[in-house]
Amino acid sequence: MARYLAPLGVIALLLIVFSIGLTRDPSELPSTFIDKAAPEFDLPKLKDLDTRISSADYRGEAALVNIWATWCVGCREEHPFLMELAASDVVPIYGINWRDRRPDALRWLQQYGDPYVASGFDEDGRVAVDWGVYGAPETFLVSAEGVVLHKHLGPLTREIWEQDFAPLLGESS
Amino acid sequence: MRRVWVLLLLILAQPAIAIDTGRAFEDPELQERYEDIIAQVRCLKCQNQSIKDSNVFLAADLRREIRRLLSEGKTDDEVFDFLVERYGEFALYSPRKSGKTLILWFAPLLLLAGGALIGFRVIRRRMAMPLEDEPLAE
Repeated sequence: MARYLAPLGVIALLLIVFSIGLTRDPSELPSTFIDKAAPEFDLPKLKDLDTRISSADYRGEAALVNIWATWCVGCREEHPFLMELAASDVVPIYGINWRDRRPDALRWLQQYGDPYVASGFDEDGRVAVDWGVYGAPETFLVSAEGVVLHKHLGPLTREIWEQDFAPLLGESS
Repeated sequence: MRRVWVLLLLILAQPAIAIDTGRAFEDPELQERYEDIIAQVRCLKCQNQSIKDSNVFLAADLRREIRRLLSEGKTDDEVFDFLVERYGEFALYSPRKSGKTLILWFAPLLLLAGGALIGFRVIRRRMAMPLEDEPLAE
């Protein structure tokens, strides 16, 4: 009897490991930039293509970098919270408008409000590649030293903010 | 019968429905390297396709970046580094043999060796046992 226990134990262990694996979302990948220097960007401003917005603009202070687009349903979902966050003035939010049509994006900001210090217009998605973006919305918390503290994939909510972002922001400032 | 024909022709026409058919490079050698690379890169938005087979814009963007890197004279490894730096080893269908991914590559070998060891010991033990159906010596 005892000789069957060892294989059974192994099978039970595998079952546990696999069933935990099943509950995880394979489309959610960890960012490779966590605790590393954030990628740079330098883009024309969405609202005024002649001026530029770059990662140098938030050097020295913590900032949120939010990748958004008007074709992205989750972005619409998180927008009211971004507005709240911007109003509470805890951290500046920089937008990267990813692969969008400019008139659509401008209308979006006009209609729903503009929570961003400014949004860069990443029309061909090159900056998004540099940031390892593969789905919008994505939100990066960058420390004052320019290190990525956290990345969130999907719509940002108050709960997620309180749980994952706010503590890190507290430490870094 | 006609349906069968249509189906057959559609199957044969597969290459014509391929996503990235245009030649990216004049140089056939470079073109071959390019096609090799994009077949090995996972489309993060459509995870069971390579960026060679996918038409979502993220795949198109990645192909464009790879074309750029290759035309700048980067080596295959430098291209893979570029992708891994941004998207992690998961972006490659065949993760490189280093660091965290070593276990992926060598776990099967370890399991095989473990199984062989157990099998060997069982056989040894069985061989040491007296054969049961042999008539006992008087």
